[in-house]
Amino acid sequence: MSFWLVLTVNSVTFGGLLFLLSAGFSLIFGLMRIPNLTHGSLFMLGAYVGATFVVGLLGFQLNFWLAAILAALTVAAAGALAERLLLRQLPGDQLAQVLVTLGLAFIIADGCIWIWGGDPMPLPVPAALGGAVRAFGFVFPFYRLVVVAIALLVALALWLGLERTRVGAMIRAGVDDMEMAAGMGLPVSRLFTTVFCLGAALAGMGGVLGGPILSVYPGLDTDMLPLALVVVILGGIGSLLGAFAGSFIIGFVYTFGQTLLPDLAYVILFLPMVLVLVLRPRGLFGTRAA
Amino acid sequence: MAHALEISELRKSFGGLPAINGVSLAVAEGERRLLLGPNGAGKTTLFNLITGELRPDGGAIRVFGRDVARGRPDRCAHLGVGRTYQIITLFPRSTLAQNVVLALLGVSPRRWDPLTALSAHPSLWERARAVLDRVGLAASADKPVMETAYGEQRRLEIAMALAQAPRLLLLDEPFAGLSREERRDMQAVLGAIPREVTVLMIEHDMDVALSFAERITVLHYGQVIVEGTRGEIVANPRVREIYLGE
Amino acid sequence: MKLGAPVFAVALLLVPLIPSPYYVNVTSQILIAAVFASSLNLLVGYAGLTSLGHAAYLGVAAYAVAWLTTLGGLGHLAAALVALAVTTATAACFGVLALRGTGLAFLMITLALGQILWGVAYRWVSLTGGDNGITGLTRPRPFGFDLTSPGAFYYFTLAIAAPTVAAIALYVSSPLGAAVQGMRDQPRRMSALGHNVWMVRWLTFVFAGTGAGVAGILFVYYNQFIGPQTLNLTNSAEVLLMVISGGAGTVLGPIIGAATVVILKNVVSAYITRWVMLLGAVFVLIVVFMPDGLGPGLHRLWHTRSRSAS
Repeated sequence: MSFWLVLTVNSVTFGGLLFLLSAGFSLIFGLMRIPNLTHGSLFMLGAYVGATFVVGLLGFQLNFWLAAILAALTVAAAGALAERLLLRQLPGDQLAQVLVTLGLAFIIADGCIWIWGGDPMPLPVPAALGGAVRAFGFVFPFYRLVVVAIALLVALALWLGLERTRVGAMIRAGVDDMEMAAGMGLPVSRLFTTVFCLGAALAGMGGVLGGPILSVYPGLDTDMLPLALVVVILGGIGSLLGAFAGSFIIGFVYTFGQTLLPDLAYVILFLPMVLVLVLRPRGLFGTRAA
Repeated sequence: MAHALEISELRKSFGGLPAINGVSLAVAEGERRLLLGPNGAGKTTLFNLITGELRPDGGAIRVFGRDVARGRPDRCAHLGVGRTYQIITLFPRSTLAQNVVLALLGVSPRRWDPLTALSAHPSLWERARAVLDRVGLAASADKPVMETAYGEQRRLEIAMALAQAPRLLLLDEPFAGLSREERRDMQAVLGAIPREVTVLMIEHDMDVALSFAERITVLHYGQVIVEGTRGEIVANPRVREIYLGE
Repeated sequence: MKLGAPVFAVALLLVPLIPSPYYVNVTSQILIAAVFASSLNLLVGYAGLTSLGHAAYLGVAAYAVAWLTTLGGLGHLAAALVALAVTTATAACFGVLALRGTGLAFLMITLALGQILWGVAYRWVSLTGGDNGITGLTRPRPFGFDLTSPGAFYYFTLAIAAPTVAAIALYVSSPLGAAVQGMRDQPRRMSALGHNVWMVRWLTFVFAGTGAGVAGILFVYYNQFIGPQTLNLTNSAEVLLMVISGGAGTVLGPIIGAATVVILKNVVSAYITRWVMLLGAVFVLIVVFMPDGLGPGLHRLWHTRSRSAS
């Protein structure tokens, strides 16, 4: 019984991390119409930067939360540079933009190996969040519960932001019908930068929070990017609810698959995506096909 | 006599807007029919439904007795339907001859051949040049389309349709945007279409079109308002209202 | 240009005379990459469908040969033929899935399919050896010739690569090739003219996969080893870079791109260990500043020079 519970807790935790990764990916895809192939490496970059701040930079050691926030900001800045300097050069040419994000992914990923070396970096669970919690007669690792809680808070914040703020309304309008929205005076290029940075920040933060669980290693980017792709295609492009639902579904599929059918784990993961593309291209909650 | 084209109770809506709202018409083989109607009446939509580029929401379309309502455009071409487009959709960087060859290949089993160079099919190229000659474009055969005049491009559109020796020809505003001289060239081309070919033409240029067509169908808001000979149409009060009253 | 072709052909035949075996090997690598890139160009340049999963087909063929000759007990020729059949079948199935979309949808589906195969190669340890791959392959002995020396293997590679690239060039110039290019530009028109757009694209996809399979067979005999990293996204990106850097939509483009990337990789890794970073940077630069690629650029250069000379 406890074996299944552990798997369940891990699935939910992983789903939370996937949400942090995929929410931004989905918004970028929905608004800018491109699958941001840099997203996995932004997640990894955040993890490395956060780990560096925690372990100590120039003698300064930072509190875990501060490190997470700084890492998110750093990755957001990297995202802003990428968007303004490169993606902006190719307005309207989505295929070229996707190829640029692919090139950037390689640059960032290899850059991480260059700076931090080829060995995994330790990012331990912060002491204050260690230990376990007893509830309903079971033992839950406290940190994993915290991660889930943060993911839920972020989901709530994003939802409120999209539904209740002006910027959110603009984003939703752009996702629904860009031509109409731009025609009505939507500040398209500022919105693109905002969403790209937001997505990058979320990914970066996800990387730090995931560090103690997934660890920080070269190849984290190529492990995470396909998952973001699957989540977003399954959940629906540009849909926050879709990213939410998709993240937890894939969290379960991945965690259970890895443990029960390790040989075919990858196939199991991608099969839903392929099926969705073939049978219901707009995903569970999306309004538009890829 | 069999009908070349038979449409009954055809319906098509976009979103909530009905573009074709219960259209029925029949064109006999060898007939020259003109489709008139103000902009937005649904004429091009009707063409797209006939060729299978759009799926109807209801009704039937038969071409030479075969049901094409839910078919693919390429199957329609194989039934002998040729069409031209209102907006030019040619291959701009290819030469006129190359454009016509693509049309010839569309109805030839040679289009599946991956083993011989296209340049090694002299009969195809000869036929392409012959077709271009019929529309007066022989001199420009080896010019890329983007270096030719608009009037020549319009004639190329027709050439590509004629190259396939269609039994039913759908012409979508062949005279659009042509100068007086180009109009004369186009009229010559239309006049040279073999008599057996059934032609359904959409056109705004009344003088030219009326001289070409035997029967006229007038569409308005996706419905057939009136159908008849030239004389009947010109005298019809509703037609005059639509065209002159607006 | 007319003089160029025979000179080039003679140069190709004389490569093994270069004293350093290293350069002969690099040229063999270039030939293999040229086949790989030319096959992808069928999709990217001629069909107008950008794939990010082409390494999968090279990998399937390579793994098939590796498994069949080591564990399957088949002879080299039989293994190669079976491998090609398996690769073609894979491309046929994957093509049906990938062609559910065009443009970005096609890109993502091919990426996903490529990742699935990479995952199979990586995780299905009992079949593929997992991370360790399959080792211990021997090179074939066609008509009794020993292919262990770089020169001998080079001629073997040339004998297979040249006809393959020629077949691809023939495809492109054929009626079917003209049709797939027409569909790249005006799919709606082509359909109305009587062409079966889906079928032509699918056939092109399968042919492209088979071409990559030929490259895979040469690849695995060259390295005498296959591992899962051969099917990863980096390799699919690398071959795409070869196509777009050389100039998609031309026959020579992917060959120039293949040579450029292979040489760059070999030269650079002697000095810098961060090849992937350079790959990414070159990718970005080419896409942003030189979308036509080097091939058309050189072509223009050649023609303006010869015009000014006359």
